[in-house]
Amino acid sequence: MKHWWFWMIVGLLPLQAFALTGDEVMKQSQAAFLYPGKDFKARVVMKLISKDGQERVRELTMLRKNMGGPGGEQKYFIYFYRPADVRGMAFMIYKYSNRDDDRWMFIPAINMVKRIAAQDKLSSFVGSDFTYEDVSGRDLGDDTHVLEREEKLGNRDCYVVKSTPKGNDANFGYKLTWVDKANFLPLKEEQYDKKGALYKVFTADKVADIQGIPTVIKRTMKNVQTGHRTEVTYLNTGYNLGIEDSLFSERFLRQPPRKWIE
Amino acid sequence: MSRLTIACAVLLLAPLAARAQVTLSGFLQQDSAVDTVTANPDGRHFKWLEERAQLNLDATGGAWRLLAKGDVAYDHLGHQAQSELREGYVGYTADKWDLRVGRQVITWGTGDLVFVNDVFPKDYEALFVGRPLEYLKRGVDAVKLGAYPGFANFELVLSPDFRASRTPDPRRFHLYDPMPAVTNRETIKPGQGDVGLRVYREVAGYDTALYLYRGFQRTPSMRPDSMTAPTKITYFYPQLSVYGASVAGSAGAGVLSLEAAYYDSRQDRSGNDFAVPNSQTRLLAGYQIQPAQNLSLGFQYYAEIMQDYGAYLAALPAGFPVEKRWTHTVTARVTQFFWHQTLRLSTYASYNVSNSDHFVNPELRYSFTDKVWGAIGANVFGGKPWGQFGQLSHDDNVYLQVRYEF
Repeated sequence: MKHWWFWMIVGLLPLQAFALTGDEVMKQSQAAFLYPGKDFKARVVMKLISKDGQERVRELTMLRKNMGGPGGEQKYFIYFYRPADVRGMAFMIYKYSNRDDDRWMFIPAINMVKRIAAQDKLSSFVGSDFTYEDVSGRDLGDDTHVLEREEKLGNRDCYVVKSTPKGNDANFGYKLTWVDKANFLPLKEEQYDKKGALYKVFTADKVADIQGIPTVIKRTMKNVQTGHRTEVTYLNTGYNLGIEDSLFSERFLRQPPRKWIE
Repeated sequence: MSRLTIACAVLLLAPLAARAQVTLSGFLQQDSAVDTVTANPDGRHFKWLEERAQLNLDATGGAWRLLAKGDVAYDHLGHQAQSELREGYVGYTADKWDLRVGRQVITWGTGDLVFVNDVFPKDYEALFVGRPLEYLKRGVDAVKLGAYPGFANFELVLSPDFRASRTPDPRRFHLYDPMPAVTNRETIKPGQGDVGLRVYREVAGYDTALYLYRGFQRTPSMRPDSMTAPTKITYFYPQLSVYGASVAGSAGAGVLSLEAAYYDSRQDRSGNDFAVPNSQTRLLAGYQIQPAQNLSLGFQYYAEIMQDYGAYLAALPAGFPVEKRWTHTVTARVTQFFWHQTLRLSTYASYNVSNSDHFVNPELRYSFTDKVWGAIGANVFGGKPWGQFGQLSHDDNVYLQVRYEF
């Protein structure tokens, strides 16, 4: 007991050696949430639900391919089925980590592929409560991430990370993310507006094991200030399907191959 | 010919029918456009008044695809029912090439209602009464062959029959006519088809393309049988070749697109024939940005430069309006979404700096549900009486559309 300080250091060691910083938690969370697998496909049903319960449905297929490691370049292909006035429309996004994305849109009405401006990361994705940034992720370097605390969310042990934008390029003042310690999926996120009031809440409502990869297959984003919410369900989810690089091209934007769009 | 077409169609469709995946969709639509300045030349007060139904059959089986999109409409102004095959083609997709045969809509280039390399037929009447975007283009009856060898992509379009753009109906629009007294008029269509080639690829993050076209002007020129005492006017489609290029990509915070083309007026390379358009260079620069959430802005600068201006001036008959050698046009489009993108406010404006020709089209579109949308908008024209938009200055209209889609 004389060497109480020794035991104290030993007692602290595991914590200091293995405790993650906010940056590390968010980095692992990004890898688990936005980058799992070499590629990914899901049929996505988005329900836009107003405060008084009125529903609108957006249905699409999303294909993603990683061109590098977590945090690196990705390509997205999004094909719309519903609503009827956007049926057959397709989006292609080349997402880069430190510059604006390249984005193309196919307009079936006039059979035209149009390159579109892509600095609207804060705009709503197809009218939902998710922004483009909520869908494909925000650059981790744009925020400072501080591990606030560790706590249980339901029966899951979580890290709680506070992320504060470094610049003025976000539509939140700060956000808190509950990251599952076991699989690093974000189970909940609270976005606070610039006045500090709670603004949007993300919840991972259902996590399933898809080919050994924990995947959020049902999620909700609710705007607590307006009462509007968007519920997203992933159907027919799959990883490592061998999506070809050539899919992400003008040729297939104009005529998406049926094997990927069903 | 038609028997051969049917035989070919049956042969092509046989493998498709075996295990096809079929989607059926369509819409019902009411579309009206009412004059706001004065009545039409035919005395009516509506530019457009119709009910329309569209049925769209899309079948795929393996590498095959069949698409048939047909409209039936009742036109209250002509008191008649109409039907039209909007698109109808069979497609085949292989690894490095694909083929599409039949009526199809093809759009080339980067312009927003400004056409430099988009040499395919338009429907200007649809544009001027505010009909939905898909009616801006007319399908061409063509064989389209795509080849993707890797170093570049090729799209070859062969049309055995020439298809013209639809120009405004003189019963509905007040069109400039330098010889209104001559009523004996005929139109001669080219007896042959046309061919277009687009070669495109990505270069250093930019989308680049080259375009070649050999065919005819899509809008007719007029030739009187005599300049001094005309008794008959013949409309014809002068021979035309187009050589062009485009590039588009990120620049600063937005997307920049540049496009250029040389319009080689093959029927009158010297520029001495006043009835045939002079050879021309067209230049277009466009820039679009999204400065705020759910807001996008697009700007374009467009120039037309006449090739043989001296010859044009020398050949122009007395009394005809004189065009400038250079014409400069600027356009702007503002699009803003509201209410979870169910409400869209957009305005397109075009102004020709050289002759004050202008066109403004504001539109408000609302999706009542996922299946029903409505739009209300206006078309406002102005400029010199012979300008593209100036001649329509008595044709300002307000339009209303409601569509149910299934």
